[in-house]
Amino acid sequence: MLSVEALEVAYGGIPALNGVALGVDRGEIVALLGNNGAGKTTTLKTISGLLRPLRGAIVLEGESLVGAPAHRIVLKGIAHVPEGRRIFNRLTVRENLMMGAYPRHDAAAIAGDLDRVLTLFPRLEERIGQVAGTLSGGEQQMLAIGRALMLSPRLLLLDEPSMGLAPVLVEQIFETIVDINRQGTTILLVEQNAAMALAIAHRGYVLETGTVVLAGTAAELSDNADVRRAYLGE
Amino acid sequence: MDFQLLVDIFPQVLLDGLILGFMYALIALGYTMVYGVLEFINFAHSEIFIVGAFAGVEILLGLKGAGWLDGLPWPLVLLLLLLAGMAVSGLLAVTVERIAYRPLRSAPRLIPLISAIGVSFFLQDLIRLVESIWRNAFNLVYPTLDALNLRFELTETIDVSVKSIVVIVAALGMLWVLHLLVNRTKIGTAIRAVAEDQAAASLMGIDVNRIISLTFFIGGVMGGAAGVLFGVQYGLINPYSGFIPGLKAFTAAVLGGIGNIPGAMLGGIVLGLLEAFAASYLSLLTGGAFGAEYKDIFAFSVLILILIFRPKGLLGEIVRERA
Ligand SMILES: Nc1ncnc2c1ncn2[C@@H]1O[C@H](COP(=O)(O)OP(=O)(O)OP(=O)(O)O)[C@@H](O)[C@H]1O
Ligand SMILES: [Mg+2]
Repeated sequence: MLSVEALEVAYGGIPALNGVALGVDRGEIVALLGNNGAGKTTTLKTISGLLRPLRGAIVLEGESLVGAPAHRIVLKGIAHVPEGRRIFNRLTVRENLMMGAYPRHDAAAIAGDLDRVLTLFPRLEERIGQVAGTLSGGEQQMLAIGRALMLSPRLLLLDEPSMGLAPVLVEQIFETIVDINRQGTTILLVEQNAAMALAIAHRGYVLETGTVVLAGTAAELSDNADVRRAYLGE
Repeated sequence: MDFQLLVDIFPQVLLDGLILGFMYALIALGYTMVYGVLEFINFAHSEIFIVGAFAGVEILLGLKGAGWLDGLPWPLVLLLLLLAGMAVSGLLAVTVERIAYRPLRSAPRLIPLISAIGVSFFLQDLIRLVESIWRNAFNLVYPTLDALNLRFELTETIDVSVKSIVVIVAALGMLWVLHLLVNRTKIGTAIRAVAEDQAAASLMGIDVNRIISLTFFIGGVMGGAAGVLFGVQYGLINPYSGFIPGLKAFTAAVLGGIGNIPGAMLGGIVLGLLEAFAASYLSLLTGGAFGAEYKDIFAFSVLILILIFRPKGLLGEIVRERA
């Protein structure tokens, strides 16, 4: 579905990605693991068009995405839940969700997706008229994911959905991610929490200083001695 | 001190203050909306405002020249003026952003500010040049519409002109439409989303550049309407007439809390009232020691006082609390 090849990205001349290659097949959850500064966020931002690569290819179902601005890539069905949630604090929960459906015009289908999101996150329904900046951290993460789902995306990019959440909530969010995937959305998941990510992912990649150093099925990665030492704390 | 006189003129002064205030409010919206989205002060907005007044006067003079002015019903004429002023100022604001601000968007903050000041001077002299060639004069007088000058006495001391009512009703109508647009429509929500986080907004599929253009357009439209109302109300305009009202409207926007839309409306009205009351009462209250010419000093002193105690402006805090 998505294929990224030889991706090179730099910030003001300082390289962040040095030839990242990865692929995501339809229906999969793919985990992208790596330490702080490895380039995970940079990879997602480049896929969604927030950053322009120096070189490399990003192809979604045969169509190249390189060079297209972020708001056009959204139209291809890629929703990106950015690092740090980035919900609109001054808009209400409902307005945030409706912004997620901004490019869509099919009112009936949008209403259906709103129902689906509110079923997935009942907490959001209770707070639908509340200004988003007053939500708790966990609720904000739910809103960020819910807002992305309002696009009814084919591919969902998630950047550290567990960041800053209590363990119970992390588990709940991961269960929801599995639900979303079962309902037909392909997911590329960036996580520091490698154990949790590998528990729900089909495949994974390990990124180190801007290059993919390991790739394999979730089971292979979980059994890999280097991964166990470096990311699973053994 | 003649206490009865102070009481008697009160309603008249209130009315004058409201008219001035609504005018400031309309102009202030242009500053505050652009600031809300770009954190940038569009110093050329005072000229975008006065260009609206010129568009209006051109329509009026054109109608008059063609001999149609007296034949047409005055509400239609007024509507025509407003539409012309709004369209010209709105398009001008969008053009200025495209040419003079957008290429500088990633430059250090001071650079687009300097560009805006440059645009401001450029537009002043451009209007002067165009009008000098076209009419051989750049001080222009709004032809009077007789119906607008009709006054009716409410009491012995208060009389209201149709003009004043028109200005207030038009301004209120525009503010109401703007409120609905920003708070009740999808595109308005997108404007607020872009104001808060451009990158996140683009991830929603919002074309940030289009929203920025739209914001300039709306600000320009409000400014253009204010320009026409200014011309209708005060009669005489020249290419430099935008400067002082623009500066005051900018102050009103800061007073209300820059970036805050209800704040700009409130700030405009407060400033208008302060100015009108200072103009009428200073001399009466000080036994002539301070005349009406001190109105700006008085109004701005009050502003500075308010800002000392509320540095984010009258409504500026609300945004922060919700953020
Ligand atoms: N805006 C920026 N300007 C300059 N350098 C940046 C910028 N954003 C990221 N970098 C650098 O690029 C490299 C990759 O950063 P990136 O944010 O992609 O890492 P990450 O894998 O997401 O890390 P984390 O797990 O901490 O979120 C880092 O060395 C970082 O310092
Ligand atoms: Mg990151």
